[in-house]
Amino acid sequence: MALYRALIELADDHLVLGHRLSEWCGHAPMLEEDLALSNFALDLIGTARSLYAYAAEVEGKGRSEDDLAYLRNEREYLNCLLVERPNGDFAHTMLREFYFAAFMEPFWQAALSSADPVIAGIAGKAVKEMAYHLRHAGEWIVRLGDGTEESAARMQAAVVDLHPYWEELFSGGDCDALPDRAAIQPAWEASVKVVFAEANLDWPEPVYGQNGGRDGMHSEVLGRMLSDMQYLQRALPGATW
Amino acid sequence: MTASKAWDVAAAVPDPELPCVTVAELGILREVVMEGNTAVARVSPTYSGCPAVQFIEEVIADALCDAGYKARIERVISPPWTTDWISDEGREKLRAFGIAPPQKASNSKRALFGETVVTCPRCGATDTEKLSEFGSTPCKAHYRCKTCLEPFDYFKCI
Repeated sequence: MALYRALIELADDHLVLGHRLSEWCGHAPMLEEDLALSNFALDLIGTARSLYAYAAEVEGKGRSEDDLAYLRNEREYLNCLLVERPNGDFAHTMLREFYFAAFMEPFWQAALSSADPVIAGIAGKAVKEMAYHLRHAGEWIVRLGDGTEESAARMQAAVVDLHPYWEELFSGGDCDALPDRAAIQPAWEASVKVVFAEANLDWPEPVYGQNGGRDGMHSEVLGRMLSDMQYLQRALPGATW
Repeated sequence: MTASKAWDVAAAVPDPELPCVTVAELGILREVVMEGNTAVARVSPTYSGCPAVQFIEEVIADALCDAGYKARIERVISPPWTTDWISDEGREKLRAFGIAPPQKASNSKRALFGETVVTCPRCGATDTEKLSEFGSTPCKAHYRCKTCLEPFDYFKCI
């Protein structure tokens, strides 16, 4: 079941972040960003869907992608804590997206050569989409960090707030079909620090990292998000359209 | 009831978001094979989260059923769809419809990251500017022509 578990971790990361980004729909500071964030949400939820469908097949218990997304409780979700962090202001949203994309782009790049054809197929689509996410979020990090006094202060505040969470991206179950998460960390840190230098942002001193997401131990915010996301299936079990 | 006739039926289905081109011209209809009496159409999604995927599959299945076939749709994600699979005819139809077609050789980073010139589909000028990387659908960006001043969609390379 190592593969099933690793797929669920990955799918939960995508679904939870996708749902968070979708919360911006209709609320972004300008139309282009509203479209961008909604499109990012669609990409992530689409990838989550492929991953859940495969996880359900691997599990072989007759569950569907919808069962996995809508009928699991918070403690069964294995996403890292970073992706469930609330949207906050634009600096927080973009930094969270940037950290995630800076991890997923090389992750999918490595997964292209997976011996598992389904993984390689999902990677083939996702790697191109993540390149867009990475560039777009990276541009905002620089624009805000190297912007006005106010935007720079907010960007730096977001860096401090999310600092306990990025390391958990590199934890997760081992399985042969997926790339080794930990191996990506040096390249991730290097690429993030390049953008930070351009954005005049300081990389904070190490702090005690928050984790537990991979064991289903979440912060309070995830339960609230799921109660919103899963409302329809909970209120009308089995509803389809 | 041959595979090639079934292909003709499925291939003629227009894309619901881009009715000017068919699913075959877009390159998302990969093949149609016969398995006994059932026509199996293999379809590749454009984007992971393309909301039209399920609808496109249903429309293709309906078209095959209307033509007297039993139909099944298989979603194929590997190899991943790329804008390079849009046929030359499809590109020309997109342009005539007012959508700048994607650059060829989309697998190069250069094309992916939009460093190439996008030509205005209306007046043909090359003096255009990107307004938004993300347009009306996940597959499009929003541009404006600085010569004729018309805004237009650009089919992004992927």
